[in-house]
Amino acid sequence: MLESAAVSTADTAAAPAPEARQSALGQIWTGLTRSPAGFIGSLLVLAIVLFSFVGPLLIDQHNPTDVSKIWLSPSAEHWLGTQYEGKDTFKILVNSGAEPIWVGALAAVMAVFVAVTLGSIAGYFRGRIDSILLQLTDVTVTIPQFLLMLAVVAFFENIPPWGIALVVGSTMWAFLFRSIRAQVMSLKEREFVEAARLQDLGAARIVFREILPNMAGFIFVNFVIAVNQAIYAIVGLYVLGLMPSGTPNWGLMIHISWRDNFYLNPTTLPYVIAPLVMIVLFTIGLVTMGRGLDQALNPRLRER
Amino acid sequence: MSDVPTRGPETAGSEPLLKLSGLEQVFDTGKGEVPAVGGVDLEVRPGKVLCLVGESGCGKTTTARAAAGLTKPTGGTVAFRGKDVSRMSSAERLAYRRAVQFIHQDPYAALNPTRTVFSTLTAGLRRHKQVRSKAEAREKAGELLRLVDLTPPESYLDSYPHQLSGGQRQRVNVARSLAMNPELLICDESTSMLDVSIRVSLLNTLGKLRDELDVGFLFITHDLAVAKYFAWDGEIAVMYLGKVVEHGPTPEVIGNPQHPYTKALIGAVCEPDPDLARANRAASELRSADIPSLTALPSGCAFHPRCPAYEPGLCDDAEPPLIRFGGRPAAPGAAGGRRLACHVVSRDHGRSPSDDPAESALGSGSPRGAAWSA
Repeated sequence: MLESAAVSTADTAAAPAPEARQSALGQIWTGLTRSPAGFIGSLLVLAIVLFSFVGPLLIDQHNPTDVSKIWLSPSAEHWLGTQYEGKDTFKILVNSGAEPIWVGALAAVMAVFVAVTLGSIAGYFRGRIDSILLQLTDVTVTIPQFLLMLAVVAFFENIPPWGIALVVGSTMWAFLFRSIRAQVMSLKEREFVEAARLQDLGAARIVFREILPNMAGFIFVNFVIAVNQAIYAIVGLYVLGLMPSGTPNWGLMIHISWRDNFYLNPTTLPYVIAPLVMIVLFTIGLVTMGRGLDQALNPRLRER
Repeated sequence: MSDVPTRGPETAGSEPLLKLSGLEQVFDTGKGEVPAVGGVDLEVRPGKVLCLVGESGCGKTTTARAAAGLTKPTGGTVAFRGKDVSRMSSAERLAYRRAVQFIHQDPYAALNPTRTVFSTLTAGLRRHKQVRSKAEAREKAGELLRLVDLTPPESYLDSYPHQLSGGQRQRVNVARSLAMNPELLICDESTSMLDVSIRVSLLNTLGKLRDELDVGFLFITHDLAVAKYFAWDGEIAVMYLGKVVEHGPTPEVIGNPQHPYTKALIGAVCEPDPDLARANRAASELRSADIPSLTALPSGCAFHPRCPAYEPGLCDDAEPPLIRFGGRPAAPGAAGGRRLACHVVSRDHGRSPSDDPAESALGSGSPRGAAWSA
């Protein structure tokens, strides 16, 4: 091995270009800004979140009932016209976004947290715990989600928003559990996991530091989808008029328009179209943002 | 590694680091039981190399995985420093787990794509509290990279695996295993996926570790040239269908192969001299190129359907045991000199001990080659 010094540099000569070390936030930012669609999506989500959470603080909350102004068309004074009590539709819209968004996000966080934790445990350890959890999801996926929600909401009157989040989240975790479990099962057979086992890193570290980061994009995309589904579910419950009509809410707006036969009265259209547009824009924003996040979290895609 | 762990006084080579005794691994598949490894006895000593060669599917990797503790053998024992691995206390098992490191074949799959080189190298160190601060961890990771000739380390520490070439990745794999201060490295075809020029330089790096850190190697390869280059001071064990058929010091096995299967392997190495090539080919012409299925092993010697030295009635009747071969005393430090599992060669060698064993084996040829030592 005398010539080793000379030969051994053969494959070490081409050192990779030193890459500026980026913080995690910086990486996510570059990932989001790299794909124009992802960037626009993020802006859209951010705009709607600001509109719904900061907006109510900025507008004049005084919005009295005025019987002389029922169902007015849009004007400079009332940007989206007025509703059936003569209240300003735009002000109601500003106040309506917060609840669906935070309840949806809470439901998605719960569902994703449960699915990721249980899915990783089941996929990594297999055995008894895996079969028990699998049986549990078999049962869960056979329950029609919306019917369960209807039953729970009808049974518990005046259910608080976090209760809705709990119900929605508990019906959503099973499908994600299955895909996480399948991915963990496949990833744990990879050689780098075996290498980590040889380093005696411990099961928790292997699952959460070695395996899960490889699925980060997948988990985020699923989180985004879960937020979406949860918002649909909550808005759906309001549209059907099953929820207490206290706080203003996108679903409640649609419900009221429906109750007041909006399809017979063109001047009521802004009151139903405005929340629909918000929901559609939020959905599009979330999905495109999810794609951008997928890129941001994958080191291989990050390079390009 | 600045702090090479102080090893016991037995480092001299008296006690084997790793001892496989009658190792068997039977895989239970849907189509029946597959005996991937059928009784392997081998030893690795500190600072020495044992090369396991053979064609695909002969059980090399299965043997290596069992030796590394990645799979539980269905029969026989793996002993580390004289202790049966399956009967170790959890503390002893922990020590074994760290002392015996395994380097995978595929440098692409063995590194986590989401972690930087620094993070990969120091995961074990941080977990086992061998470094206290991030600065110390970087320092240590730099040392490891220097050990495997990746310099300057700073330009690699923050890279992701996909930014490195195959050779660089395999060096990172080696560096990671060195972080545990291993006494034995098990390399499973670790150089076979690299370009030839890079292969040599990685072998040189590994050789440096062997010589300087006194690391023992169980080196799996299908490439006799690699075995010859890396294990010249060590031993070679040739496997065929789950058994060792020939085992001995490298220069003897390569220079004077006895088993017909070893001869065939050596004859298959590309030889630039056409005269030599012709002679090699003539000497090692196999009767068949088909490898028998592990689920339906041939009777007697498993090599007899392909063996050029096959003698009916002898070779297909009983398994040849893996026995000491040749009158010469064992090479110093080697387990037991040469061992061979072939009826024909052993018989002829016994008949005419004065002859060159290679000549006699060729002349009378019907070896039954598989090593049935179980």
